[in-house]
Amino acid sequence: MTPFETWISFYTIVRKDIVRIVRIWPQTFLPAVVTSVLYFLIFGTVLGSRIGEFQGVDFVAFVVPGLIMLAVVTNAFSNVAFVMFSSKFFARNIDELLVSPTPPSIIVAGFVASGIVRGIGVGVLVFLTSIPFAGLSIHSLPVVLVFLILTSLALSLGGLINGIHAQSIDGINIIPTFVLTPLVYLGGIFYSVEALPSFWQGVTHANPIFYIVDGFRYGFLGISDTPLLLSGGVLLAVSAVLGLIAWYEIRSGLRLKQ
Amino acid sequence: MASSGTTATSTTRLSGGAAWQETRGNGEPALVVRDLRKVYQGGTEALKGVSFDMPAGDFLALLGPNGAGKTTVIGILTGLVHKSSGTVSVFGEDIDRHHQAARRHIGVVPQELNFNIFERVIDIVVNQAGYYGIPRSVALPRAEALLEQLSLHDKLGDRSRNLSGGMKRRLMIARALIHQPRLLILDEPTAGVDVELRRGMWDFLRQLTAGGTTILMTTHYLEEAEQLANHVAIINRGAIVADGTVKGILSRLHTEAVTVELAEEKAEAAATLLAAYRPRVVEPGILDIEIDSKATIGPAIAALEAAGIGVKMVRSKSGRLEEVFMRLTSGEAA
Repeated sequence: MTPFETWISFYTIVRKDIVRIVRIWPQTFLPAVVTSVLYFLIFGTVLGSRIGEFQGVDFVAFVVPGLIMLAVVTNAFSNVAFVMFSSKFFARNIDELLVSPTPPSIIVAGFVASGIVRGIGVGVLVFLTSIPFAGLSIHSLPVVLVFLILTSLALSLGGLINGIHAQSIDGINIIPTFVLTPLVYLGGIFYSVEALPSFWQGVTHANPIFYIVDGFRYGFLGISDTPLLLSGGVLLAVSAVLGLIAWYEIRSGLRLKQ
Repeated sequence: MASSGTTATSTTRLSGGAAWQETRGNGEPALVVRDLRKVYQGGTEALKGVSFDMPAGDFLALLGPNGAGKTTVIGILTGLVHKSSGTVSVFGEDIDRHHQAARRHIGVVPQELNFNIFERVIDIVVNQAGYYGIPRSVALPRAEALLEQLSLHDKLGDRSRNLSGGMKRRLMIARALIHQPRLLILDEPTAGVDVELRRGMWDFLRQLTAGGTTILMTTHYLEEAEQLANHVAIINRGAIVADGTVKGILSRLHTEAVTVELAEEKAEAAATLLAAYRPRVVEPGILDIEIDSKATIGPAIAALEAAGIGVKMVRSKSGRLEEVFMRLTSGEAA
């Protein structure tokens, strides 16, 4: 394919999913907003006033970056996992792509790009929802954007691999429910890692989601538990590894071809 | 479905029975399959060295009983099934070394519906064009024209789940043709569709082949193969057991079947007169007879007329392919 044709193919994959995401917005965008309002009500209005300041900022402002990331992580992952799984399992319309000359790298890029769009879209909506509760405060917009994009990228790739391997609808629900959500909660949404005993600090540093939340929080508040470059490096490394795995699996037709 | 206006041409071609290489091919190989083997995980040997050729413009009907390997062959051609060994080239492009170029040449209509039922009809076709690098500005008018040809012009904006079974099959044909492939592969396209729709599809396929599209079709309907194809290959238990023209394969029976329509209801008397021709009374005024491939029907008609039995019409009997098919796939020598 020429570069122009390759671009058209990529654009088609992304456009198709964005049309779907927007068409079913009550399923794709609304839940994250409703859940976030509940979190902000509880941690802002109910508990926040009793806890007071945390690391020099209001508690509700402290938890905003983590709650945005919770939404971004689960949405980016689930979006791509669901689209890949349903297109290979229910309609079998993944064949539309597999019989075409579209290169495997573009299939991966297309699926992931739509996951990034959904991740960023949900992140922005949760951020806007947080403003009435925590006010508008961004320490470094570039850092916020870089972490938002890199997080969506890494989780979309993870979702793609999950979707390729899943053999049933349970297979795409297990990881978001039993792996990702606990990792996000234990990644320092509601607390600083410095408040933990040394053993649990070590455990937390083994959690890749911790670096996401910590780096993102730096972008908002200018405070972090680890160096920014380390957080960004971990995200980039995870993305690179997952990207290679996803590309190899699409290229080899693992669980997609006989 | 649009009327083709090519029925007469196709019928002439089929009844003429000339070799497909001569009537359809222009010398350029459309598809070359060599020693194709496939062993699925678990050890099932689906293909045991399948080889066949299709010249450009050919219409090949790939016949075989359930589980014979037809869909596996198509899966390998379209890149959805990994072959264990063998080579395939499409218009000179090897599917391994030049898979992108080879895939451009192929459009596929699968046996099972495989589109997103929540998508709109027009989007399914236009998106497929996008996967081949065709911009929407080009794909949209092309898709509208194709869907009109397939009588789906009033369904463009409908969700595909709302289409009838026949419409869904036509949608898959439109989707397969949107990038203007030179080789169209159809896996049992008329399975489960009513007679009217099947005839409409036949007309459409005749129109395509008249326009130069090479067609490979699997089917269970042997009448369909006789009506449409100029080239037939029969696959059984993963191996090609017959490959040639419809006429060539029928000649394996060593006899021609003929239906004789009498001027009066004297089929029983005619059957007695033509006992040497293995007669079978179909109706009081109609009987089928068999004539040795090297003989002519003249003596039979002369015998009837000498006995005062008038002959109203004589026509070649269709459906004989089924007889060859049954013999070949049951292991009986044809």
